[in-house]
Amino acid sequence: MDTASFRRGVRDVAPLLLGIIPFGLVAGIATVNAGLGLPAAVGLSVVVFAGASQLAALELLGQNAPLTVVVATAVVINLRLLMYSASIAPYFREFTGRWKAVLAYVLTDQAYALSVASYRSDSETDRKWYYLGVAVTLWAVWQVTTIVGALLGTGVPDAWGLEFAIPLVFLAILVPAIEDAATAVAAAVGGAIAVVGAGLPLNLGLLVAAGVGITAGVLTGSATGGSDGN
Amino acid sequence: MATNYSPVEIAGVIAVIGVLTYACRLSFIALFGRLDEIPPVIERVLRFVPAAVLAALVLPSFVTLDAGSFAADKFVAGALAAGVAWRTEDVFATMVTGMGVLWAIRFLL
Repeated sequence: MDTASFRRGVRDVAPLLLGIIPFGLVAGIATVNAGLGLPAAVGLSVVVFAGASQLAALELLGQNAPLTVVVATAVVINLRLLMYSASIAPYFREFTGRWKAVLAYVLTDQAYALSVASYRSDSETDRKWYYLGVAVTLWAVWQVTTIVGALLGTGVPDAWGLEFAIPLVFLAILVPAIEDAATAVAAAVGGAIAVVGAGLPLNLGLLVAAGVGITAGVLTGSATGGSDGN
Repeated sequence: MATNYSPVEIAGVIAVIGVLTYACRLSFIALFGRLDEIPPVIERVLRFVPAAVLAALVLPSFVTLDAGSFAADKFVAGALAAGVAWRTEDVFATMVTGMGVLWAIRFLL
């Protein structure tokens, strides 16, 4: 184990925890508000370990949406992990299959972003241990904060509107995802359709909005040509 | 808004989402050497997923077309938080702004 690299990872991720801690608390509280207990909160955080999809699934479960819609919505939200997996894969090529399986489990937006930035700027860092310093810290903080949130649960007064923290988290992640005109169109169309489709039957609003938004982005991308992100 | 699903159904949903999410994470990390890059057609679609999905998650929380449930406090707080998100791209600053404005409107005005 390369402790220096691990510690560097922990140090680099520390400022991001300011955003993760309230996010985790809200995810825990949302579990209880959806009528699910502590085991479900722990299950979601350990088995799924992807905040945005956990919150979307909880909201849909709370509204008794069809289970296929719950699963499809959560998975669409997590499709972005495919991109991270592809982008980080070359840096993991020399590791054993078992290590790859472990590293993949803790792959998140933040672990991806920090690690790839570090790999590109600095060849001294031990890749595996730096990544683990970032990713395991995020994992541990996420588990603890969702459990604390689930235990606090309904003790938080409704008037505080804590659930409003959820879209605020997504808002901060949304801005860097808008990289050019085509992604801006995808966001604008996706957001607008979600507002219009809020009352769609079977809680299909998010899935439909995501599908139409992605399509609008692809069409804009091909119309403007060239700007396909390469 | 409490679920009517049984603990077994909930556990099943968590397991299925978990397996599919892990498959996304592991996919190219495991396949590297046999499949080194996302096929361009798929990548052209995937690169719009974050923007479209996140916007679809965010906007309905700030704005609704249903006049009965339109909440001016959330709209104002969301708009100001969007400005901060745009300038800082910082989760904590965005959250502090949004919740701060929401609470200021609810408890102080």
